[in-house]
Amino acid sequence: MADGTIGLWTVPLAVFGGAIRVSTPFLFVSLGECITERSGRINLGLEGTLVMGAMSAYGISYLTGSPWLGVLAAGLTGALLGALHAGICSLPRVNDIAVGIALMLFGTGLAFYLGKPLIEPTAPRLPAIDFGWWSDVAQVRAALRINVLFLIGVALAPILYWAFRATRWGLLIRTAGESSDAARAMGYSVLIIRLRATMVGGFLAGIGGSFLSLFYPGSWNEGLSSGQGITAVALVIFARWDPMLCLWASLAFGGAAALGPALQSVGVTSGYHLFNAAPYILTLAIMIITCSPKRTLTGAPAELSITR
Amino acid sequence: MTSGVGDPAEAVAISPAADPGFLQRHGGTIEYILIPGAALAAALGVFGIFVALFGKSPLDLYFYMYQGAFGTWFSWQNTLTRAAPLILTALCTALPAQLGMVIIGGEGALLIGALAATSAALLMQSAPPFVVQLAMACAGMAGGGLWIMLSGGLRQYRGVNETISSLLLVYIALAILNHLVEGAMRDPASLNKPSTREIGAANMIGSIPGTDVHWGLVFGVIAAVASYILIYHTVFGFAARVAGGNIRAARIVGLGVGKLILTICFLAGASAGLAGMVEVAAVQGRTNANLAAGYGFTGILVAFLARQNPLAIIPVAILLGGISASGGLLQRRLGLPDASVQVLQGIIFVAVLASDALYGRIGFLKGKA
Repeated sequence: MADGTIGLWTVPLAVFGGAIRVSTPFLFVSLGECITERSGRINLGLEGTLVMGAMSAYGISYLTGSPWLGVLAAGLTGALLGALHAGICSLPRVNDIAVGIALMLFGTGLAFYLGKPLIEPTAPRLPAIDFGWWSDVAQVRAALRINVLFLIGVALAPILYWAFRATRWGLLIRTAGESSDAARAMGYSVLIIRLRATMVGGFLAGIGGSFLSLFYPGSWNEGLSSGQGITAVALVIFARWDPMLCLWASLAFGGAAALGPALQSVGVTSGYHLFNAAPYILTLAIMIITCSPKRTLTGAPAELSITR
Repeated sequence: MTSGVGDPAEAVAISPAADPGFLQRHGGTIEYILIPGAALAAALGVFGIFVALFGKSPLDLYFYMYQGAFGTWFSWQNTLTRAAPLILTALCTALPAQLGMVIIGGEGALLIGALAATSAALLMQSAPPFVVQLAMACAGMAGGGLWIMLSGGLRQYRGVNETISSLLLVYIALAILNHLVEGAMRDPASLNKPSTREIGAANMIGSIPGTDVHWGLVFGVIAAVASYILIYHTVFGFAARVAGGNIRAARIVGLGVGKLILTICFLAGASAGLAGMVEVAAVQGRTNANLAAGYGFTGILVAFLARQNPLAIIPVAILLGGISASGGLLQRRLGLPDASVQVLQGIIFVAVLASDALYGRIGFLKGKA
């Protein structure tokens, strides 16, 4: 160990580091989607929001020189797309799943269109905190270079968990999600509650996107997101709409997604693409195990179109 | 809310009109053409404003779009060539929609269909071309069909949401394709772009005589017409629509909902798989990552714009094929990025869905005008 090589230990270490690094976009998108779905609406367009967030974060960071302004811009872009989703969904007889698919295509298309000039230049990236200073092993230090956004996401999960249970806003969102009639009887507009919930969800998903372009992988190109957004939406379903479970599930996903590159780094190259598909296979497998045709899922908001 | 009248025909029936007969008979059809048409026009308007923001003239935009899509015989052929896979992938969304299912995994079924068709052709190199082509079509349809049937089966027997599972299967299909194309099925001669071996010029399905449009267009039209007949003029299609309208009622009258779901999903996937076979046997000649060109995703838009009606899919696919065919011209003449077609498609999709709110609300169609 003294010479700094750790042999096959690279794989679990890289998976651990990957769990932290790769999970951050999953974490933000799933927490955002959790808020939206708790209010009784599903936004499948977060894949588009993620890509738009990545593009606008990179663009603003490049133009202003401040990556944090980029993160803010990504969040605002996401909130705007969320408002668009909620606005169209509040029209009568409009299906929220279909609108989500439309915004997924629109968001990615718009990001590629506006992001064309951003493929070449290099934008300032988000800083990382070095938690691995105590170690001499390069891989350990690499695995422990942790971004602040990850820490914010980790803190956000228990805060949301508490907020859903104990705050007025949490109660309102849950009421809108469980029974729109009850919310209306209390004198609240379900459409406004869902608009806000979808905008907050979009804000978080946009920030998840900024992590992709400003930290890991840390550049803007058209292959940046390959379904992380949609995987995160599926993740909310088997996390049973619980923010804490979203956190654990995101970490598991990050680890699964890091498996392919980790194995490649120790020379296992066959099946690279199959290992890269691990998060999707894992999602599908977990959905098969946890779903049941007989009953609706425990914890599912009653107003949610996807579980009815 | 007083405007709770959902059905336009009903709206016509309850409001007095000068000539209620015509509107009563055709009000619904007019509405189904008028509203998506208006949504399309609105989307083109928004896209015009969008490019104007980047300093391009919207009039030039519309002119080049028309030129690139339908302006010349050459562009017509380009448009029809692109429409062929779109008809087939749109059916992959439109058929399950009759059952109330939202399947968006046509791209995955297309890729699996292409892989299956290529494998069939490579295994039967010595057989006569007609046999090889038939085997490719069967393999492509079986591959794609089973792929979407998996989504349907998971929905029916495990309660897994079919929208999400079918989309996840797209990424899994892409991974399988890349894995095989770079591994077991790789042609050692393909250095820059890993590909399978070619299926051979003799086994290509060729063009419709007198045109450069390949036979895939005919396959697409036949599939769309057959789907229309199946859905609207057979007992099976009637059962499917009953189940789509009210699944509990369908169970009560004793319809085998599970069998309906699996069959429809198989047919839907088979159609997208056939699109994959056509792309291999008429365009690419081999399987590689080029096949993931987004036909599956544009097909979803086609299906929604056609309001899931298999016959309406044909003209809508030609229209969307035209938009994507004009992309090259827009890039060359106006310097727009290649993603502009995708932006326009996204705007159209959003506009069409928002226009759903208009049904049954247009004054003169209610007979009030």
